[in-house]
Amino acid sequence: MIAAVALAALAAVCAVSAWRMTSVRWTWRAPRAAIALWQALGLTWGLASVGALLAYALEPWGRGVIHGLVYLVTHWREPSGLQRVGALAAGLALLTVLMAVVVVAMAQTLQARRRHRLLLSLVARDEPAVPGVRVVDHPGAAAYCVPGLKSQVVISEGTLSLLSRDELAAVLAHEDAHARERHDLVLLPFAALRWVLPWSKVVRDAHASVALLVEMAADDHARLRVPPKRLATALLRFGTAGAFATPHGALGMGAENVMARVNRLVKPGPAMRRRYRYGIVAGAALLTTSAPLLWFLPQ
Amino acid sequence: MDVLWAEGGPLTAREVGRLIADRDLAPTTVMTVLDRLTRKGFLTRVRDGRAWRYEPAASRDAYIAELMLEALDMTGDRSAALTRFAQAVSGTEADVLRKALTELEEE
Repeated sequence: MIAAVALAALAAVCAVSAWRMTSVRWTWRAPRAAIALWQALGLTWGLASVGALLAYALEPWGRGVIHGLVYLVTHWREPSGLQRVGALAAGLALLTVLMAVVVVAMAQTLQARRRHRLLLSLVARDEPAVPGVRVVDHPGAAAYCVPGLKSQVVISEGTLSLLSRDELAAVLAHEDAHARERHDLVLLPFAALRWVLPWSKVVRDAHASVALLVEMAADDHARLRVPPKRLATALLRFGTAGAFATPHGALGMGAENVMARVNRLVKPGPAMRRRYRYGIVAGAALLTTSAPLLWFLPQ
Repeated sequence: MDVLWAEGGPLTAREVGRLIADRDLAPTTVMTVLDRLTRKGFLTRVRDGRAWRYEPAASRDAYIAELMLEALDMTGDRSAALTRFAQAVSGTEADVLRKALTELEEE
């Protein structure tokens, strides 16, 4: 019974921590460490929830989750008792759903990107002033990265006229960080979870928090190479270039997020002590290993 | 594609090849490209005697609009397909940013 209880407790701890993490601000002082912690929380929550159900179902055999499942498949015996059979079904169903959601989200994302790339190859052009960047002839302000094995940075004609040369360099440094650190992969599971649980506030807030942290991490990367003030003015110019009507029910957080990023760039607070940062990353690593280890616990 | 968009009427592979004569492409290359674009749905074609006449399925602007909708995250699916620099905000929120921008520039 120990494994099942421990896993259930772990899942609860992860859920509560995720809920707390959506409202704390220290994460902004160490976005990279916070992203690692978010990933650990998400993964551990999934493994612990599934593990708790399976551990309860397979508990009478005293083999732990992994070996219990192997025993189940090789000997084709079902656990005795309706409750345990129910827990087994629920655990396997949850595992299937979680994995299927990520796989489907990944497939959809890849398909959307393939189409986007194809369109870019047809209508985008190269601009001698900004080598290596694709330019789309549209007056709106857009700057983004199509991630992939060969990531592409794209800006619109409107961006070229909106920003000064320095600001453009800052934006490109920011996008380059996204491309290099593959931030899309960080966001994918959170976006996938949000897609299946659109009504869950915690999931929505978690996705938004991670998305903001990813932007801050890219800002931090860019500020090493360009003056932070230029990145800040570029951000503000982008935010105010809203000649577009935003669709209904869209993002109220927009301005708040932009201001949070601008303030970080202009008035950087004291950086988090290295000791704490490493502590967070170590905690994330420990958390990630805890659930798989409990899957082996025989009792 | 640019040639077909510029011309505004259906063209045969031979005509397309002549219009991009500066690139010195083999007629079969042009035909292969046109065929592939047709299969992907970017071109439509009709029989004209022994040749096909090709025409763009949608205008250049339509494709640009599709790209920009995704780029500005207006499709509403909030997927992680692209990573964007920043989002434009509306109305009173934009005023807050405008004020901050003026302050920053005066410093």
